[in-house]
Amino acid sequence: MMVFEKISELKRRDENVLVSFIVAGDPDKDRTIEYLHALDESSDIIELGIPFSDPVADGKTIQEGYVRALKNGFKVSDIFDIVRKFRERSDTPIVLMTYYNLVYVRGLERFLKEAKFAGADGLIVVDLPVEEGEEYIRYCKNFGLDTIFLIAPNTSRDRIVNIDNATTGFIYLISLYGTTGAKKTVSDEAFELLKKTKSICKNPLLVGFGISNQEQVASLIKAGADGVIVGSAFVDIIGRCKDDKDVVSGLKKKAKELKDALYP
Amino acid sequence: MIDMRKFGDFGGIYVPETLMEPLIELEKFYSEIKDDEVFNKELEYYYRYFAGRPTPLYLAKNLTEKIGGAKIYLKREDLVHGGAHKLNNTIAQALLAKKMGKRRIIAETGAGQHGTATAMAGSLFKLKTEIYMGEEDIQRQKMNVFRMELMGAEVHSVGSGSKTLKDAVNEALRDWAANVIDTHYLIGSVIGPHPYPTMVRDFQSIIGRETREAIIKEEGCLPDKIVACVGGGSNAIGMFHPFLNDKVGLIGVEAGGKGLSTGKHSASLCNGKKGVLHGALTYLLQDDDGQINQTSSIAAGLDYPGVGPEHSFLKDTGRVKYTTIDDKKALEAFLILSKEEGIIPALESAHAVAYAIELAKDMAKDDNIVVCLSGRGDKDVEIVKDSIDRGVIKI
Repeated sequence: MMVFEKISELKRRDENVLVSFIVAGDPDKDRTIEYLHALDESSDIIELGIPFSDPVADGKTIQEGYVRALKNGFKVSDIFDIVRKFRERSDTPIVLMTYYNLVYVRGLERFLKEAKFAGADGLIVVDLPVEEGEEYIRYCKNFGLDTIFLIAPNTSRDRIVNIDNATTGFIYLISLYGTTGAKKTVSDEAFELLKKTKSICKNPLLVGFGISNQEQVASLIKAGADGVIVGSAFVDIIGRCKDDKDVVSGLKKKAKELKDALYP
Repeated sequence: MIDMRKFGDFGGIYVPETLMEPLIELEKFYSEIKDDEVFNKELEYYYRYFAGRPTPLYLAKNLTEKIGGAKIYLKREDLVHGGAHKLNNTIAQALLAKKMGKRRIIAETGAGQHGTATAMAGSLFKLKTEIYMGEEDIQRQKMNVFRMELMGAEVHSVGSGSKTLKDAVNEALRDWAANVIDTHYLIGSVIGPHPYPTMVRDFQSIIGRETREAIIKEEGCLPDKIVACVGGGSNAIGMFHPFLNDKVGLIGVEAGGKGLSTGKHSASLCNGKKGVLHGALTYLLQDDDGQINQTSSIAAGLDYPGVGPEHSFLKDTGRVKYTTIDDKKALEAFLILSKEEGIIPALESAHAVAYAIELAKDMAKDDNIVVCLSGRGDKDVEIVKDSIDRGVIKI
């Protein structure tokens, strides 16, 4: 199912969207698949981060997830195995989150083709702004992959229009100045950004960076967000819990808690 | 649409969205101010009276005689205030930041030379200054850390990844994303997203312009060869750029570390593959997946897995020849220059000296070579002493 279809279907039921992020291969391939199924119970879209050695957009929690995966021998080809295996038991849309070098080195066309064949539905390339993305957008269109771009609190009006035009699926609103990582409250910038983008964008608006609890989710939905993207809160559970069973139950509980706050 | 300034395929702006607007703002501001008379007058003043420019072009007579080949000239960037060419860029960017209304500057540093030069400029222009430096580099360059602190800068230790320059850049980029409104990121080399590679090159080109004037005065002609070390590549591009359209052989020397075959080196141009890191498409040391490799060099300032995108372009066009010098040869050149000329070079610059010595041997006596002596070596004496004590080299 395409990302946009999924979001439209939820919106028809007056539901808002939970995108749940974890790091592929953290701590290994098999457990990632297990964790994805745990998240799947309450998540609408899965975002799978591809570990990179130099993740400049990420805070400590997700960086550590990348380090765990790379230490255990994660290879970029593993991402396609993980998606393929997950697909055997679920049709929840999957979005791959990556840094551009991993795509560039594999070859743009090859990477996107492999992603599509494995069963991924879209991509977020966190350090590829629309200005550098012409070829990428063209290939994604050919392969039927959603191109999800980000908008930051300081993105200008002109660029918001360009980004919205280049986006399919949903817009990823960055809620704060800084990197990923759980925060307790929502910054004022997030509300201002929602207000600004709401009047400009035709795509659904999902808010990420720093979102980790029900109060934040409820306030964002009230302010007009179509959903939220949560990452560090899940990756933290994986990093913290020693026992595999605790991770699985922790992920399930957190995802359900967040999804509950997304109903009207 | 912003001006996507590239060098062939290289360069560009590959950054998280939060950094796009500050980069566009910076590009706009820089393009307006770079030909501004007042700005350039002010810059000239600080170059002269604060930095000590122009620096001499010095004929290394003893070294030339000892080698018995081409004449070796040294462009004495080691005499710039702070002991390296880095101040050429930091004064200019700090002045620019001040005019942009920024109150805080941040920087990455490897050997600590750029951090020191940033601390100087920060103090000069009363800007709050914070420096990111890898844990490992802090260990091997303690004196520079203290110098930065003396001048009022705060030094943050970076413990992630390889704990060197690359990781310091990552952390500075994260800081910048969190503080874009009042902070300018003062990148220390010709790396990073546009407009940095162009802007830093312009600020460092004073090295080449002065060299050109001095050599014509001295020799009545341009040099036959120019040699400079390349980490990120700012002293090299600053030296090369005013000569790109001339018939002058340009050679960039990368850190060969423990040898290219060992994988422990920092030779991105000689041994890397194209990729995207820290905002630009350029040659990188990386594995088959695109994960960035750990690098190695005895010179902390060369210990970086990427290189300025313009160097990648100049390599591909063939205009500049890039080669490597390993740790041992750099150490030997460090000793030779110290002993023969009474000039202690930075280990980074010693790479260029070492290659120039090899080159001079096979050239005629009336040929001339210019070496960019990018920094002085006081910061490196402990490392060199340790290498002597361990028997790696003999004094």
